[in-house]
Amino acid sequence: MAFGIRLKVAGPRACFTRPEMKVERVSYDVMTPSAARGILEAIHWKPAILWVIDAIHVLKPIRFQSIRRNEVGQKAPASKIKTAMNRQSLEGLALIVDEDRQQRASTVLTDVAYVIEAHFEITARAGPEDSEGKHLDIFNRRALRGQCFHQPCLGTREFAADFELLSPDGPLPAAIGETRDLGFMLWDIDHAAAGRPSLFFRAKLEEGVLRVPAPGSTEIRR
Amino acid sequence: MTTLANRYEFVLLFDVIKGNPNGDPDAGNLPRLDPETNHGLVTDVSLKRKIRNYVELARDGAPGLNIYVREGAILNEQHRKAYKDLRPDDPKVDKEAKLNPKGDGEARALRDFMCRNFFDVRTFGAVMSTGINCGQVRGPVQMTFAHSAEPIVPLEVSITRMAATSEKEKVEREAGDDGSDRIENRTMGRKHVVPYGLYRAHGFVSAKLAERTGFGEDDLELLFEALENMFEHDRSAARGEMASRRLIVFKHASSLGHAHAHKLFERVRVGRNVDGEFHEIDDRLNNFLPARKFSDYAIEIDRDGLPDGVEIIERL
Repeated sequence: MAFGIRLKVAGPRACFTRPEMKVERVSYDVMTPSAARGILEAIHWKPAILWVIDAIHVLKPIRFQSIRRNEVGQKAPASKIKTAMNRQSLEGLALIVDEDRQQRASTVLTDVAYVIEAHFEITARAGPEDSEGKHLDIFNRRALRGQCFHQPCLGTREFAADFELLSPDGPLPAAIGETRDLGFMLWDIDHAAAGRPSLFFRAKLEEGVLRVPAPGSTEIRR
Repeated sequence: MTTLANRYEFVLLFDVIKGNPNGDPDAGNLPRLDPETNHGLVTDVSLKRKIRNYVELARDGAPGLNIYVREGAILNEQHRKAYKDLRPDDPKVDKEAKLNPKGDGEARALRDFMCRNFFDVRTFGAVMSTGINCGQVRGPVQMTFAHSAEPIVPLEVSITRMAATSEKEKVEREAGDDGSDRIENRTMGRKHVVPYGLYRAHGFVSAKLAERTGFGEDDLELLFEALENMFEHDRSAARGEMASRRLIVFKHASSLGHAHAHKLFERVRVGRNVDGEFHEIDDRLNNFLPARKFSDYAIEIDRDGLPDGVEIIERL
């Protein structure tokens, strides 16, 4: 791949929540392509480019841990904010956490490390000054120096990701020698379509490597 | 308010003496443990709660420093009732306000209003049901789980209370009683404490996200002040003695930063203090005595070969 990049990411914990088990969160076994895209976008992104994930290498055994936390069950209601704005008074605009307490367990991955193989494509929103080389340079420079727009995370923000750029032609760290069927996995969310439908694909781990179908592939189901 | 022009990372070291820094609801309120390593854990949300509480307490609703996600009953709620009595046309506003915002512009106005007025929305972000782009505010400050420097061994302490909760319980107790006065009405409870634990938390401040929420230099100063002092105002029977011990801040000269965060964090090393010397803690069983005070630990900050554009600020 001409404009391919390889980024190693690691962290003590990760939670790539399965959409069907999002109340008491259960993580997928492996990082989803959309989470990988989010990590790359945290380092460099412009509307002119679109990150495409080619493969995800799993470098450490897949293990889980359970964490239960007190959470709130409510979002900030827009109506109350509007009332406060109109009245020019903040009274009553607060969320009282112990009155809306939910205890939720999360089943999260522990001690993870991945290599993300990806490339980007130029989108229709690109201007004349957007060349592939320019964006690749920016990404490589940032990733090499540890610069980022915001610290990337492994699924949720409390699980920060350490990242490291690997050279495009150097050897890859060895993936776990495991082959398993991961079932249907979230590929990404179609942000352009109405209702933002989720897209899925049949994920298979082959010798520790998850190949991700390209956008528009027939392997991607709605 | 001046906007933030620099990226920051910070390491917070705090300790607990005979207390429970963060109970695990899954384990009967035992201190949280990593089941694989027995290291103690404190969740990010637990620390954020304390930051919010500190700001609420220290600034007491100063303009722009309100706290949205609050704990406990609020006196303002009472004020609001009075307010409603004075303004009988309020229910109309409530009724009308059931509608979602009508467009992007309005959603943006709502988000800006929340960011401007609430310190915690501006700092940590919030999810607001505005219906447009989920109305999410992503805050510039991100924190991770705090880990103890060494495995911890929580103690279970049984305690007694010389009173019964209900009349029924009293009768039941008397029935099974051997007649001695001392047992009458007595109930037993449990406390879980960590004899000593030094915890380490990591945090990130993104200047780029700060631009979007209006998180400024003053807010950053307040955040650090909260990290330094939050345990001073969080005393309770369960917590024991907790204190912020060190706060080490890495300041980057630009908004995108100049070094990998994890490499900067590696510069702060926590070891055991053995006769004034730094000893690495590793997974082997060392014959160290169990740590019981902060001086049993030695903290080293590696300043050699610091990448250009990164500055270490020791706040505490």
